[in-house]
Amino acid sequence: MTLIKIDQQSWTAGIEKVKSDYRVFGPVKEKNDHEFKLLDQDEMPDLNYQNTRLSPKSIIYPQSQVMFTYSLDENDEDCRIMKEVENVKSPMAIIGVRPCDALAFPIVRRNFDTPEYQDTYWVKAYEASTFIGLACSSACGTCFCTSAGTGPFGEEGLDVLIIADGDDLYAKSITGKGNAFIQAAGWTTEADASVDSKIDEMKTAAEASISASVTTDKLKDKTTLELYDAPFWEEEAFSCINCGTCTYVCPTCWCFDVQDETHGKSGIRMRNWDSCMSPLFTYHASGHNPRDAKYQRVRQRFMHKLKYYVDKYDKGIQCVGCGRCIRLCPVNIDIRKICNKMNSYDAANCVCETPSS
Amino acid sequence: MTQYIDKIKEIANRVLTEGKVEMVIGFRKGSVPMMNQPHLATSAESVDELVWDSNCGLNLANYLTDKKGTIGIIAKGCDSRNIVTHVIENKIKRDQLYIIGVPCTGMIDHHKINAMFDGEVLNVEESGDSITISGNGFSETLSKQELLAENCAVCSHRNPVEYDELAGDLVEEQKDVDQYASVTKVEALSADEKFNYFEDLLSPCIRCYACRNACPLCYCPTCFVDESRPQWVGKSQDPTDVKTFHLLRAYHCAGRCTDCGACERVCPMGIKIREFTKKLNKDCQDLYGWEAGLSLDERPPLDTFKTDDPDEFIK
Repeated sequence: MTLIKIDQQSWTAGIEKVKSDYRVFGPVKEKNDHEFKLLDQDEMPDLNYQNTRLSPKSIIYPQSQVMFTYSLDENDEDCRIMKEVENVKSPMAIIGVRPCDALAFPIVRRNFDTPEYQDTYWVKAYEASTFIGLACSSACGTCFCTSAGTGPFGEEGLDVLIIADGDDLYAKSITGKGNAFIQAAGWTTEADASVDSKIDEMKTAAEASISASVTTDKLKDKTTLELYDAPFWEEEAFSCINCGTCTYVCPTCWCFDVQDETHGKSGIRMRNWDSCMSPLFTYHASGHNPRDAKYQRVRQRFMHKLKYYVDKYDKGIQCVGCGRCIRLCPVNIDIRKICNKMNSYDAANCVCETPSS
Repeated sequence: MTQYIDKIKEIANRVLTEGKVEMVIGFRKGSVPMMNQPHLATSAESVDELVWDSNCGLNLANYLTDKKGTIGIIAKGCDSRNIVTHVIENKIKRDQLYIIGVPCTGMIDHHKINAMFDGEVLNVEESGDSITISGNGFSETLSKQELLAENCAVCSHRNPVEYDELAGDLVEEQKDVDQYASVTKVEALSADEKFNYFEDLLSPCIRCYACRNACPLCYCPTCFVDESRPQWVGKSQDPTDVKTFHLLRAYHCAGRCTDCGACERVCPMGIKIREFTKKLNKDCQDLYGWEAGLSLDERPPLDTFKTDDPDEFIK
């Protein structure tokens, strides 16, 4: 599909118009940072941000999500029967998804939507969604998307890519869902052919603004156990306080924990995001914890993203280079450094120090 | 404050070489602005990585809990008070430690600095009492005093209270600061207003527990929020459970908190968590004339009983 030009007036009108067909989510400045939220009827997405503090993953995969309800009332004929909550999703449009965050959805999909198993909650929300991306004009200091499978104009995972050029916006439809969204918004003005080369220049400049990178070329060929036993884990984990920041701000972290909460004679079964940084994540009912030490938990997070996932799917790393974990880690554990260490680790030639404690 | 580093390295190398300690806990330079990383130095090479500047706001006492061996630790005023608290609470033995005291003139507030500029802060340079903050298209030099973390701005114990050696001359303590101005403001609110204030304060919380895990006081083998039999508190984003976590955690710190500000510094959502702990610090000051971590010889008021303890609140 050709590029569509949208001026400010038709942008506002289009967004208002699509609200009758979609629940529209977009970035809004809350306190000091931009966060995604469901937009009110008269609310516009605020596109003046580098990236949101939290990724848009919670729109498809909420931090807390009720899956079942149950009754413990013996007089109730459904007593002790788990009843699935209504899980019908009306169409959603998520506006302003950065290309890094967009790539996270197909990554997470490999886990939640397989021929064997479908996570009905995630899949229904995902299928109901149209992802409207916003190309990045300049990178954050911690961005490394170009070495993590995408780029500031990356299209994977998006239905529409919007490119902002001053007050003008250009929309490129990528999928059928994207066509339907543009049609619903009533945007029909085709951009001049000359815009194409301008956008190419913007793309090149945006890519050049990314100063950080990771090398991942050797990860696949590494021996898993050699990486697992590498001597650097304890040192790298020293500062870690085992909070859940990295996992909760990560667009590709997908783990959850199931909890029942009973109030009187009724209750809910829900799932909540879980974090492999927490000792509780692997704590067995027996009292044994296979990941008892914090370096083991830190190792698990990086081995999962940069080795196990790589081996299992052969689709690159389970990281999109958004840099949130680097920006928000309270003790400066930097995935770029660890990824490069793993990629260059040579067990045969390692002067392996015994870490202290 | 950057001038201390040569002395810190000299002491660290000396105590390691002499075998006084097996390791030295300090900071090394981080990979993003205003972020230094806690660092364990065991060799001359790793000692060389040590840094000291106004981005060393985490509390290193947090890395001492139940640690074995002999340890050198770099301690500013608040770290030293938490080391004292750790010793009193049997989380470390005083004779395991070689405390390298660092008189402190305060740490800068990365949340505040990031919020001051529209663009991303890419570089922060410190020179004496001025801090130069720059990013794409901006560069501004400000006095450090304006950029201090809120706990540092009202700190009255900048000098270490317990140390084996100092890395610099003691600094003048701040006088006439109103430690509890923020608390007094909240105290003046009506019950409903307070409820709304706390609700709004905690609404961004994602329950990552960074505040708890950065706090040297939070060393319980199993935190009450992680207990499952009985399960004291739900684990979802339910606002009541979120509030329960924060309020109970604050009460667990009553009479022990040194207002080091680590909880606020590490919060990825920038929540002002000290609003809770500070109130309890004020109560301990008002009721018992107590400030935590000032002496190895005195037990905290809430684990002792004295016949003249205030009891007017019992009705």
